[in-house]
Amino acid sequence: MTARPVLQAADITRALTRISHEILESNRGSSDLVLLGIPTRGVVLAQRIGAILDGIEPGTGSVGSLDVTMYRDDLAKNPTRAPGRTLIPAGGVDGKTVVLVDDVLYSGRTIRAALDALGDLGRPRAVRLAVLVDRGHRELPIRADFVGKNLPSGQSERINVRLSEIDDTEGVTIE
Amino acid sequence: MRHLLSTRDLSRDQAVAILDIAEDMADVAGREVKKLPALRGKTVVNLFFEDSTRTRVSFEVAAKRLSADVINFSAKGSSVSKGESLKDTAQTLAAMGADAVVIRHGASGAPRVLASSGWIDAGVVNAGDGTHEHPTQALLDAFTIRKRLHGEASRGKDLDGVTVTIVGDILHSRVARSNVWLLTTLGASVSLVAPATLLPVAIAEWPVSWGYNLDAAIDSKPEVVMMLRIQAERMNAAFFPSAREYSRQWGLDDERLARLPASSMVMHPGPMNRGLEISSNAADSSRSTVLDQVANGVSVRMAVLYDLLSGTSDLSGTSGVNA
Amino acid sequence: MSIKIVGATLPDGTRTDLHIENGLFVESGSASTVIDADGLVALPGLVDLHTHLREPGFEQSETVLTGSRAAAIGGFTAVFAMANTLPVQDTAGVVEQVESLGRSHGYVTVRPIGAVTAGLAGERLSEIGAMAQSRAAVRVFSDDGHCVHDPLLMRRALEYVTTFGGVVAQHAQDPRLTVGAQMNESALSSELGLAGWPAVAEESIIARDVLLAEHVGARLHVCHVSTAGSVDVIRWAKARGVKVTAEVTPHHLLLTEQLVAGYDARYKVNPPLRSAEDVNALREALADGTIDIVATDHAPHPLEAKECAWDEAANGMVGLESALSVVHEAVVGTGQLAWADVARVLSQAPAQIGLLAGYDTPFALGNAANVTLYDPSARRDFSVSDLRGKGVNSPYLGRSLPGRVVTTIHDGYATVLDGELVDQQTVAAAAQEVRHG
Repeated sequence: MTARPVLQAADITRALTRISHEILESNRGSSDLVLLGIPTRGVVLAQRIGAILDGIEPGTGSVGSLDVTMYRDDLAKNPTRAPGRTLIPAGGVDGKTVVLVDDVLYSGRTIRAALDALGDLGRPRAVRLAVLVDRGHRELPIRADFVGKNLPSGQSERINVRLSEIDDTEGVTIE
Repeated sequence: MRHLLSTRDLSRDQAVAILDIAEDMADVAGREVKKLPALRGKTVVNLFFEDSTRTRVSFEVAAKRLSADVINFSAKGSSVSKGESLKDTAQTLAAMGADAVVIRHGASGAPRVLASSGWIDAGVVNAGDGTHEHPTQALLDAFTIRKRLHGEASRGKDLDGVTVTIVGDILHSRVARSNVWLLTTLGASVSLVAPATLLPVAIAEWPVSWGYNLDAAIDSKPEVVMMLRIQAERMNAAFFPSAREYSRQWGLDDERLARLPASSMVMHPGPMNRGLEISSNAADSSRSTVLDQVANGVSVRMAVLYDLLSGTSDLSGTSGVNA
Repeated sequence: MSIKIVGATLPDGTRTDLHIENGLFVESGSASTVIDADGLVALPGLVDLHTHLREPGFEQSETVLTGSRAAAIGGFTAVFAMANTLPVQDTAGVVEQVESLGRSHGYVTVRPIGAVTAGLAGERLSEIGAMAQSRAAVRVFSDDGHCVHDPLLMRRALEYVTTFGGVVAQHAQDPRLTVGAQMNESALSSELGLAGWPAVAEESIIARDVLLAEHVGARLHVCHVSTAGSVDVIRWAKARGVKVTAEVTPHHLLLTEQLVAGYDARYKVNPPLRSAEDVNALREALADGTIDIVATDHAPHPLEAKECAWDEAANGMVGLESALSVVHEAVVGTGQLAWADVARVLSQAPAQIGLLAGYDTPFALGNAANVTLYDPSARRDFSVSDLRGKGVNSPYLGRSLPGRVVTTIHDGYATVLDGELVDQQTVAAAAQEVRHG
């Protein structure tokens, strides 16, 4: 069961750069954009995208985090989970375009929980979803607006995302 | 966590984990929608054999903020006051589908009896048993101290080296006991001050230093001074001669408040006897954490209920499950 | 009825046969019943100087019948029944009733204890003379459950009881030092938040009482001694020649206060379980004679009195059924007492203190035949099925204990055979035959 590399460090950078441009294009600019990463690796990706946006149009990268633990639909079936941090940038989410950022989109349940969590925090004008990898097998009617790589995968396969800010290596592998 | 009966049972890591969750819970209080759906569909019963509006309401708010249903069972006017036994009351609650029972009882050990009896399946939270323990009070006290010292950077921290002096009726105080175990587990240095009649037998075996003199304790510049409520009834059992003498010797009056460093905090679990163990100025000063303690009580109790009820077992501390 | 016991090992170690006919030990004879006692220790019938039979008034907890049956399965042939019944055993009428019930049921000889003060109220003496001269022939007087704490009243009691050749058995507990007390006062009580029962509350009363007894030249018996300090006081008093005797319960020889940590009210008892140091001092005192006897303080309670918070629970443990095994475990197993000593502390000495005739010389020809056959080799997990009284509040449930009573013979007829109680009708009939035969 060896891990096959799918994205190397350079591929990730290119993907995030493309996603950043796509976000700006679809939003017709950078005003009222708020990036909320879903812990843990979604936060890292959101910060990177925010930095890229800031490089293109300075003052753009409003970045925070949105923890969805309390809104999960499988809380009772697993051992108690420690929640992660929710940090909403000053200015809040009301009337903003919130871009949720996560590393892997799979069943869609995490995003469903994120939408519920977001709803309790305020009323965004619009919510978009950016993911590094979409591996299919959706269980809910959820789709990503910005995708780094489409990666069809078997249900028995594991997709590992490693980001240098928190892991030893950088890259996406499948095994 | 299956039950929370005493702080003696908590390890340092478990205690810090609960305090960290409480930080997240505290954030909820600042939102417009002060609710999280984590305990939706769960039933929390407040089983209070002793009157206590403040603690009961604190647990009620905590449970409701997590979307749990709350049932209040208080001693007065219920079947409990008509002599229904603890066993029958517990079994009635189990039949009603209680997922957690928050119990306050006048007899030390009653929560332990409830938890180990096999009469109910629910998780048990000790909200104060006799003179034994009051674990959520100690947790909110620890949370308050940590927050005052570290502010937004509190997460993950313990209370290593913090000096805490607890003053008052240690012998009869469940708050004192819970705090002694929890604060020392978190690394704090605890000192007790009281007349000899109000210090427990074999105090030398506790992990604390102790003395009879409040002035000497204040001059050692503790970072935290925690005043305990004194009950006037203790005079009748000859623990001290009069309220006046008690207040003079062990009350935090204005003069002692002035000698306390400006950075020290003054704590009190409430309700306070203004003018007896604590002066009005001390209670209302900027150094007083009394109102913080009340607010933090809700966050800490939310964390405890979440840990008890949301998952299948103990706090895993990880969040790396593929979604 | 005639019984022959074959191959019994006496307390002094010798093997012999015992012959019983018409209720007495005889030299020899034919036997309608033969009991093989190979490997069994033959003890004189056990005598409990401190039992609560609860009848009249608390029959939901125990009756004279159920208590007698519990005693028999424990190897006892005589019990002294404490006075805290309802009505209190403070008149000739009540003590005669209790004695009569015991006699007609027939499992054990029941000797009622008379209250020292009327109603156990501690204010004035009860009708001690009337009780002494009644059919119950009361010789032991006790307010057990309560302390006779007023020094003047205790002095008068000691003196007055001497008039009738009796003895006062004191429950030593200064009430002012033990208000609301729940367990031994110690580091553990501080930690558990349970009000403490300090050792000095027992020791100070014993110290006062031995001096009073010395002053008025009376006999004094101290119930359920529980602390090392009490042992020291009694040792000192005996050295001075004070006529004091003392008892210890089986549970105070084996169990310590550590068991209280889980707040299980099965371990709640008065006086409370104490420290390991106290347990060791009590064992040594029993071995060297400072403590004269073992007495069970058998105290049955209904389930609801123990299945509750500690503060609300009743004090007491049942002890008749387990006494011999616990003594075996606590002091015989450790080598501190031999079987001859067990015979002394559980039969001869209690009978002597209570002035119960017929137990002075075990197995003496012509004496009433009271004998217990005990198998010391067996070991079992003590359980509810080992109990025969109404109470199940035993601290030994689930605990491994040695030994087993195989046979109990009371006044020449069997009350326990092959480890099981003989049925009520048979025992009652045999008892009647002894009375009239």
